[in-house]
Amino acid sequence: MLSVSRRQFILAAAGGLALPAALRGVAQASPESAAVAMKAILGDAASREGKVSLDVPPIAENGNSVPLTVKVESPMTAADHVRSIHVFAQENPLPNVAHFYLGPRAGKAQVSTRIRLFTSQKLVAIAALSDGSFWSGSAEVVITLAACIEE
Amino acid sequence: MARALIHMPTEARRGEVIEVKTLISHPMETGYRRDSMGQPIPRHIISRFVCTYNGEEVFRAEFFPAIAANPFLSFFTVATETGEVRFQWTDDQGNTQTETVRITVV
Repeated sequence: MLSVSRRQFILAAAGGLALPAALRGVAQASPESAAVAMKAILGDAASREGKVSLDVPPIAENGNSVPLTVKVESPMTAADHVRSIHVFAQENPLPNVAHFYLGPRAGKAQVSTRIRLFTSQKLVAIAALSDGSFWSGSAEVVITLAACIEE
Repeated sequence: MARALIHMPTEARRGEVIEVKTLISHPMETGYRRDSMGQPIPRHIISRFVCTYNGEEVFRAEFFPAIAANPFLSFFTVATETGEVRFQWTDDQGNTQTETVRITVV
């Protein structure tokens, strides 16, 4: 009798282990889909690294709510300002995070929000400037508890 | 639609750059989760946010499911004149919520 109940226990335990693994099967974005999302913003132009800085905690305990601040160096005048800021999380099921549209009326090119991250990854922000140039910045984040898998 | 909180100065000097902080309660359901019966929970997110200052758009955002529940947003604008700052959130089911704050510029 003991061996049967132990077998049942092991089967039940194995079933319990299999469930979270199944939940992890959420479609993850590939770097290619992130590249497609960025291409939609950039068109045929290329972005240069610099001017854009991302402020995120290097280690985030909860992937469901990670504070993010994006800053772009710009005088924000009518002649020279940031038109838009686009944030991408390459390893999320959907690489797009948010688009922000600003203008000279913003006064300061800085936006903060809270985001969800599926796993530890590199965040990328692209800024479109009024002169038609694109600048990018990135930051690495380590996630202890992933978003998207909880019931 | 929901409860919204806005934090911004109600009085400012002309030309001053002011910070606006907004928070609105919303589940921001990603569409990637399943319920206890294994059925997918449909996506339900705020997809658009617009801030206008005396009718002129000063800031706009488009959100994706990667924005955390109860979206928090902080941005800046220049206090140009006395008037009304309007905030409008729109979700993917077409619900909108509008809040206004009066600002006095001296």
